[in-house]
Formats: sequence, C-alpha cells, structure tokens
Amino acid sequence: MNWQLLPQFAVTGILAGGPLALIALGLVLIFKASYIFNFAQGQLLLLGALFTWWLSIGIGLNLWLSILLAVVIMSLVGFAIERLALRPMTGQPLLSIILMTLGLSQALQGLALLVFGGAQRNFPQIFSAEDPYIIATPLVHEGNPINLILKQNLVWSFVVAIVGVVIIGGFFQYTRTGLAMRATSEDHELAQSAGLRIRRIFGISWGLAGVVATVGGVLLATSSGLDLSLSLIVLAAFPAVLLGGLDSIPGTIVGGLMIGLSQGLVKVSKVAVVRNSAEIMPYVVLMIVLLIRPEGLFGQKRIERI
Amino acid sequence: MAIQRPAGEFDYSYAYDMSTIRQRWQWALLLLFLAALYTLPLYASQSIVSLVNRIGISIIAVQGLNLLTGYTGQISIGQAAFMTVGGYISALLVNSLGWPFPAALLAAALGAGVIGLLFGLPSLRVKGFYLTMATLAAQFIIPWFTRQAFPEVLNGAQGVNVNVPVMFGVEFNEPGKYIYLTLTILIVTTTVAHNVSRSRLGRAFVAIRDNDLAAELLGVSLFKYKLQAFFLAAVYAGVSGSLMAHSLRHINSETFNLVDSVILLGMLVVGGLGTNLGAIFGATVVELIIEGATLSAPFFVKLFPATAAGMIQALRPLFFGFTLMLFLIFEPRGLAHRWQLFKAAWRLRPFSH
Repeated sequence: MNWQLLPQFAVTGILAGGPLALIALGLVLIFKASYIFNFAQGQLLLLGALFTWWLSIGIGLNLWLSILLAVVIMSLVGFAIERLALRPMTGQPLLSIILMTLGLSQALQGLALLVFGGAQRNFPQIFSAEDPYIIATPLVHEGNPINLILKQNLVWSFVVAIVGVVIIGGFFQYTRTGLAMRATSEDHELAQSAGLRIRRIFGISWGLAGVVATVGGVLLATSSGLDLSLSLIVLAAFPAVLLGGLDSIPGTIVGGLMIGLSQGLVKVSKVAVVRNSAEIMPYVVLMIVLLIRPEGLFGQKRIERI
Repeated sequence: MAIQRPAGEFDYSYAYDMSTIRQRWQWALLLLFLAALYTLPLYASQSIVSLVNRIGISIIAVQGLNLLTGYTGQISIGQAAFMTVGGYISALLVNSLGWPFPAALLAAALGAGVIGLLFGLPSLRVKGFYLTMATLAAQFIIPWFTRQAFPEVLNGAQGVNVNVPVMFGVEFNEPGKYIYLTLTILIVTTTVAHNVSRSRLGRAFVAIRDNDLAAELLGVSLFKYKLQAFFLAAVYAGVSGSLMAHSLRHINSETFNLVDSVILLGMLVVGGLGTNLGAIFGATVVELIIEGATLSAPFFVKLFPATAAGMIQALRPLFFGFTLMLFLIFEPRGLAHRWQLFKAAWRLRPFSH
C-alpha cells in the first residue's frame, strides 16, 4: 500500500463511481418496471453521446440545446425499442429476453459504427479540465501533509450524476407516474387490474432509461472523449447494479460508489498486478456479492414456491 | 417431443428402438454427406474450406453450450472465456513442452473443464439472471489473467504463437488439411453430445431446466448435475478453443471475447435450444450470415463512404444482431423446430392436417 496516495485514490474512485451510479440507474429503471436486464444500455449511452456530438459539432447547435434534443431523441429511441423489440418478448423465457437485449446491443453497436464511423472524437468540454481543486486534509503521512487534487470535470460529473439519481428517485417516490411504476414493478397483473396501463408504463421506463443514458453518455464523453468503446463502460455498471440490489434506486448510488472505490483502492497498491486489477475489480466484487449475498445490499430477497 | 415414426415402421428390437440412424437409406445419406465434406478440399476453393473449418469449430463450442444452456437451462455468457483457457493450454503444451497434439487437446479439454467447474460454483447458490452475471465475470477475469499472469510464459496482451499440429507425420498447416482434424473431432463430439442428451445424465439436465425445485425433490442432485453440465460445456469449449488456436496459429486474450460468447449463444437460439441438431444448424447459419456481412461490405461502402475502414466491423454485429432479434421474435424455437415441422408435414403428405 502506498499510504501517501490512499486518500487521493479513494476520493477519485468514489467520484468516478458517480457516473456509474447514473448508468446503473438506467438499468434499474427498466428492471424494476419490466424484469428485463438491459444489456444494450451501453449502446444507448453511446448513441446519446453521439447524437449530442452530431447536433452540437456536426450541425453547430448550442451545446445545451443539443443535449436537450439528444435527450428527446433518445427517449423516443427508448420507446421504440420497447415497442418493437421487447414487447413481442412478453411471456418468453428469461434466455430469450436476455438474448434480445444482447442482440440489440450488437445491432446498435454496428449501426452506430456504420452511421457515425469509428473515429475518436473531441467532445465539447462542459466542465473545465484546467485548474483542479486542491483540498488540504488534516491527514499527515511521514511528515508530508496530504492534499487532494481533484479535477473539476470529475467533481462536477459526480455532482450532476448524483443529482440525476436523486431527481429520478424523487420522481419514483413522489409523483403519480412514479407510484404507478412502483405498483407495476410489484405485480404486473395486479397493477393492470387496478386500472394501470402497464404497457404505457413499460414505455415510460424505457424512455426514462434513454434519458438517463444520454446524460450518462454526455458526462462520460465530456471527461474521457468519445469513441465507440464508450459502450464498454457500462460493463462496470452491471456489478454496481447487482451490488446495490437489482430493484433498488438508493442501491445504485451505494453500488456505483463502492465499485468506484474498489477500483480506486487497488490502484494504491505497490504491486503491479494488483494495480492492474482495477479493470476487473467490478467483476471480482460481483463474484463476492453473488456468493455471499446474491440479492445485493438493498435488493428484495425473493422466496420461491413450486 | 413425441417421436413421430413414419407409417409402417415398427420397432422389432430394443436396439432398433434406440438406434439413431434407423434405415439403410439414412446410413447411405449420412455417409454420402460425410464423404462430400471429407473430399471438400478436392473440389472447393480455399476460402470455402476455411469457412467450413470455422463452422465446424463453432459447432463444437455451441454443442457444449447447448448441453449447459439448452438442456440444463443455465444461461452462460462465458463460453468464449473457456475457449481461451483451452486454446492457451493446448498452445503452451505443444509449443513449450512439445506434447503431441492429441494429448494437448485432451489436456486443454480437461483444463477448461476444471476452470468451468470453478465458475459453475455460483450456480449452486444463484440461478437465472444472477448466474448469467457470474459467467460474465468469467469472461472478464480469465482474459485478464492471461494478460497479467506469468508474462514470461503467456506473453501478456501480445499472446502466443501456436505451432501447427503434427500427427502421423502430417503437418496440418492449411485449411485443406486442417479440415480433416476438425471434421473427425466434430463427429466424436456430436456422438458424445447426442448420447449424453438421451442418457440418464441428459434427462437429469432436462429435469433441472424444466423445474429445478421439483427435480431436487425427485432426487436429482442439483449440485452434481449442474456442475457436470458446466464441466461438459467447458470441455467442449476447451476442444473448440484448442482447435481454433491451432488453426489461427496465434492466441491472445482477445481471440475469444465477449462478443464471441454472445454469438455462440445466438447460434444456439437460431438453431434451436435443447436440440442436438440445433447446434449444427445455428452455428452454420450464423457463420454464413457473418460471412455474408463480410462479403457485402463493398456494397455498403458505396452507401456509407465515411465508414469505409470499419465497414466489416460495423456490418458483422449489425447482421448478427438483427438476425438474432428477428429469430427471437418470429422463430423463437429455432431452425431445428422448423425442420421437425417440415419432416412431420412430409410424412403426413398429402394429409398435412
């Protein structure tokens, strides 16, 4: 362990976990409403960022306007995916549904490459990458005071992501539509018999997932540039979802931050192999979660009957 | 699925009842088909031979996945990771220790099987979607291991070059020769898969797939059979990975990646889950579609000149993804089911109702 760097990497890891939490939220939204785990979320993220780039750089609109338009387009894409690809899957076994989202992810990835090309793009900077915040801490290591150096874009991405999760969480908790969505996630047939239009609710949850994905995609692209590998970042969010609990919105924050923290902590090590394990850390955590507490920290445990 | 026998055909002995190939004309057809495949290098072009070779190797991996996912119902997105294990083991044994290829192939199969057992362990505690995530973990942890561990042997992300297999003084150094190896092993794996699926083991697998709680109450040990399914699937992946590595003559951590795992699952669904024929149909059709994507690239380059460089990388997932989605919506039981319907309709002709 390199104690001098520990606080720095721990805080950076947690901050990097913010966007993970937002991505995880997109997954949880869909899972809660329809019991579908969306393996194509990464491609939604990618498309959201690509549309924003195309509107702002390609067409030359104002950046904020293009983000807004991209959000609208992506919510429509979300609706369309639900209507065209996943509604025919209602009542099909789990494997078919998993494969549908996997097939969708492949098709969207190919489509993105076909239409937009595979070049690395400069994404407009929303938050300044210059003069990082320097925070003095009371910690002292071998006579050297420890200061935290935090990049502005990292901090603000974190803030936006967490605010986004809180807003969506509030929407779920306090609005009529949110209540309807929670009721639907409880029991499809019961919700339907109480007069809820569950198809519309599935559509809304996919639309919302598209919105969340766009915001997440823009946050990631603005801090690390935009190319087609952006969709792979979501692979680190899958473990975050399972850690927090598949059907828990507060769980996404905790899961995302803990995955980020775990990645930050191994980077402190002085052993090269441990440092390099940052990329698979989410999946090591995932295996531990599956073996110890498969329902996650905040998820509901389901009891099975024959 | 009830077995439909043609009118007028009766079982006079148990052996006849159990036989897979029942009539002389079926033997004749099978032998003709195999003869056509074995003589392929004599009359087909090099590219077709190497395509058939690739299809054969994919079929082996899909057969293993079919035992695990199709028969036992445990969804795995980690089959390609076990191919990586098999590929590396056989490559290192042949290259560094100078083992003969058949011994290395067996070792690769067993080694992949053991690693498969390891990642199958969570199946005792979790199932369905959660288990899928555990196999996804294999898909990340195993390639990472080959990149980071023992750099002096595994050579990190560069990967290792693999020697050409030599048997009976023959170097299998071109597709025209390699195809004999692939086809022979494919015949063995098909026979094994077919017999596993109709034995006690296969029935236990199906019982677990259809209702695991009920199967356990009836005395089917979930622990034993789930792990056996994982072991078998990984053994098949090991064989397939070893064959592929020796045919490509190079392997690294990206040779078999997450997308390959997804494609293997897709092949299974396109062919038909839980049928031995399905693995063969699915792998063939999907490989052909992916080949079609490669061949149609020049046409798409005219439509999207901006993407000219990455056209093949764009078209392959695009074609595969849409094929998979269309099959899931319109033909969820796969081509094997369509083939059964066709056979039944043929037998009942002209009274098809």
